[in-house]
Amino acid sequence: MNSPQPVLQVSDLTTRFNMEDGTVHAVNGVSFDLADGEVVGIVGESGSGKSVSMMSLLRLIPMPPGEIVGGEAIFEDADLLSMGLDDLRKVRGGRIGFIFQDPMTSLNPVLTVGYQITESLKVHQPGRASELRERALDLLKLVGIPSPEQRLQSFPHELSGGMRQRVMIAVALACRPRILVADEPTTALDVTIQAQILELVKDLREKLGMAVIWITHDLGVVAGLVDRVLVMYGGQIVEEAPVDEFYAEPRHPYSQGLLASLPSAAMPGQRLVNIVGQPPDLRAPPTSCSFAPRCPHVFDRCLQENPTLVQVSATRRLACWLDSGRDGPNHGR
Amino acid sequence: MAVDAGAAVPVANVSRSRPVGNEVLVSVRGLKKHFPVTKGMFRRKVGAVRAVDGVSFDIRRGETLGLVGESGSGKSTIGRTMLQLEKATEGSVVFDGIELVGLAAGALRRTRPRMQMVFQDPHASLNPRMTVSSIVGEPLLEHGKSSSRERQERVEELLGLVGLDPTHANRYPHEFSGGQRQRIGIARAIALNPDFIVCDEPIAALDVSIQAQVVNLMEHLQDLLGLTYLFISHDLGMVRHIADRVAVMYLGHIMELADVEDLYGDPRHPYTRALQSSAPVPDPVVEATRVKIILEGDIPSPSDPPPGCPFNTRCPDAVDRCHEEIPVWREVAPGHGVACHLADG
Repeated sequence: MNSPQPVLQVSDLTTRFNMEDGTVHAVNGVSFDLADGEVVGIVGESGSGKSVSMMSLLRLIPMPPGEIVGGEAIFEDADLLSMGLDDLRKVRGGRIGFIFQDPMTSLNPVLTVGYQITESLKVHQPGRASELRERALDLLKLVGIPSPEQRLQSFPHELSGGMRQRVMIAVALACRPRILVADEPTTALDVTIQAQILELVKDLREKLGMAVIWITHDLGVVAGLVDRVLVMYGGQIVEEAPVDEFYAEPRHPYSQGLLASLPSAAMPGQRLVNIVGQPPDLRAPPTSCSFAPRCPHVFDRCLQENPTLVQVSATRRLACWLDSGRDGPNHGR
Repeated sequence: MAVDAGAAVPVANVSRSRPVGNEVLVSVRGLKKHFPVTKGMFRRKVGAVRAVDGVSFDIRRGETLGLVGESGSGKSTIGRTMLQLEKATEGSVVFDGIELVGLAAGALRRTRPRMQMVFQDPHASLNPRMTVSSIVGEPLLEHGKSSSRERQERVEELLGLVGLDPTHANRYPHEFSGGQRQRIGIARAIALNPDFIVCDEPIAALDVSIQAQVVNLMEHLQDLLGLTYLFISHDLGMVRHIADRVAVMYLGHIMELADVEDLYGDPRHPYTRALQSSAPVPDPVVEATRVKIILEGDIPSPSDPPPGCPFNTRCPDAVDRCHEEIPVWREVAPGHGVACHLADG
C-alpha cells in the first residue's frame, strides 16, 4: 500500500516469552511495511507488544526466555530475523538506529559523551581519531547541544534529561541510518523539553531523509509527528491508517475508545468516556479477539476466532470482525 | 465516530453538580521549603535547594485545585509540606482554622484523618506483604476505635466504593493491575472520611485507557463525599478536565492562578502560554497548523535560581527588569493572579 519499494517489510512476526509460569504471547503475527523516509507511529499501552515487536526486529530481546517463533523482516534485501549475528551487528546502530525511552539508563555513566558517539562510528565507519572527533562534534551541533566542544568531555550525569536524549539521538544518527526506531523517547521528559525534541526530530527527518518508527502511548505526540498510525493491542496490530484518517474516523473499537477517553474529547462538567475492564493477559494464547472482553460491540464470533488484519480500504487495515467489510453489518459508529 | 479532540470547548456554561462555595478550607501563606545541601563528613551546610520558595493560595471547600508544572518545579513538595509530611522552612498552612505549621505532634495526629494523600506510583505506595484488607484497614486501626468486625465491614464497603470486588480483600497488591492498585490507594485515602486529599500525580503511571477510569472514580467520590482535592499533575489536558482552578508552578514559585477556563482560554504568563503550547494536541489537523512556542534551554537548578523572575532565563519576552526584580503577585482580573512584570491588568 506504500510507495513502490518499502525499506522494511515485516511479515507475521511472532515473539513469545517462555516463563516459568507459562508462555507470554507478546507479539502475535505483526505485519507492516515502512516506506523510505516515512514516519510511522506505533501506538499502544504497556504490554501491547509495541516495544517487544520492534526490539524483536533487531533481535534485541533477551533470548531465552524470549523466542522469535516466526516471521520475516526484509531490510535491504536481507532478512533481519535469519541473518548471521555478524551481519546483524552491522545493521544495528549502523543502518538502523535505536533511541530508547530512558537516556539515563541507556547511556554508559562512566564514559564521556564523545566516546559514546564515536564508539558506533568506530565500528561502522572507521577513520582517524581526529576525523571521528570532528564528526562527533558535527553530530552534537546537529542535535542542538550548546557548547559542543565541552560536551564531548562531559559524562551523562552532567547533562539534563533533555540534553541526554539529544545525545542519544546523536548516537543513533551517527552512522546516518536509513531507519530510526524511537521507543518512547520523550515519555520521561517534561512537556517543554518534549516539544524541543519533537521539533528536532521533525527537522532531522527532513534534513536526513530517514524513515522513523516512533513508538508511543501518547496520541498527542503521534498526531503532530507521523504519517501513518499503527495501533497495537494484545500483541497484534488492530488498526493501521494514515494519521488524518485515523483521527477523523477511528474504526477499531479500541481505537475509538482510546480517542474518546482523552480529556480533550469530554465536555466540561461531564465524565470522561472510558474503556471498561483491564488490559489483556498475554499468557492466554491468541485464539480470540484480545479486545473482546472490553469491547462494547462484542458478539459470538469475537470470542471464537481471532480476527486477522485485513485491508478494508485503499489506505486502511483493520482487525475486527464487526467492521472488516467482509462479514456482518457495518454498524457501531 | 469522529472525535473532535482539538477544538476548544465552550468557555461558558460549565455546570458542575457539586457546590463550591467561598468557604476556604486550606489557606497557604508564604510557604517555603528549602532542603539543605550538605558536604563533608560533618554534613556542613553549603547551600539549599529552594524547592518551594514562598507560595500563597487558598483552596475552597469542595473544589479541585489543579497544580501543574514540570519536574523540579516543587509541586509535589508543596503537597507534602501542606500535609506536614515535610517540615516547612517558613510560612503558614491553615487547615479549617487550624495552623498546621508547628502544631504539636498530638494535635497534628488528631488532624491527620481529615487530610489524606494519594500517591503517584501504585506499585511503590502499597506494602507488598500486606493484604488489601490490611492496607485499607490500617488507617481505621490507627485512628478509629472500631472492632475488627466493624473494620472488616468498612473495608468491604470501601472496596465497593472504589469499584473493586470486596471478595478480593484478602489478596495481595501484586495480584492487581496498575489501575486497580490505584483504586486500593484511593480506598485507603478515603477510609477515614477526610475533607481534603492531596492527589500527587495519581494517574501518571497508568495507561491511557485506565487514566479515564481513575479520574472518573475520583470525580464520583468527590461528588459523593464532598471531597476537596489538590490535584498535582503535569498533564495539562487532564487538569483542564478535573480542576475548578489551576495554579502553574515554576522553580518553586506560583506563576499564575486562575479559574480553569480563564487559565486555558486567556493565559497571561509567558510560561503558562509556553506550557500550553508545548502540550501536543491529539488532532493532526490542529497540529499541522498551530504555531508552537518552543522554549529554549532547561529549567534552572532550584539550588541556584536566577536573580529576578525565576523564568527569565527561558522567557521569550524578558526585559531588563525581569533580570533584576522578582515580580510581585497581582490580580489582573477578578480571581486571576499572575507573577509577571509584563502581564497587563
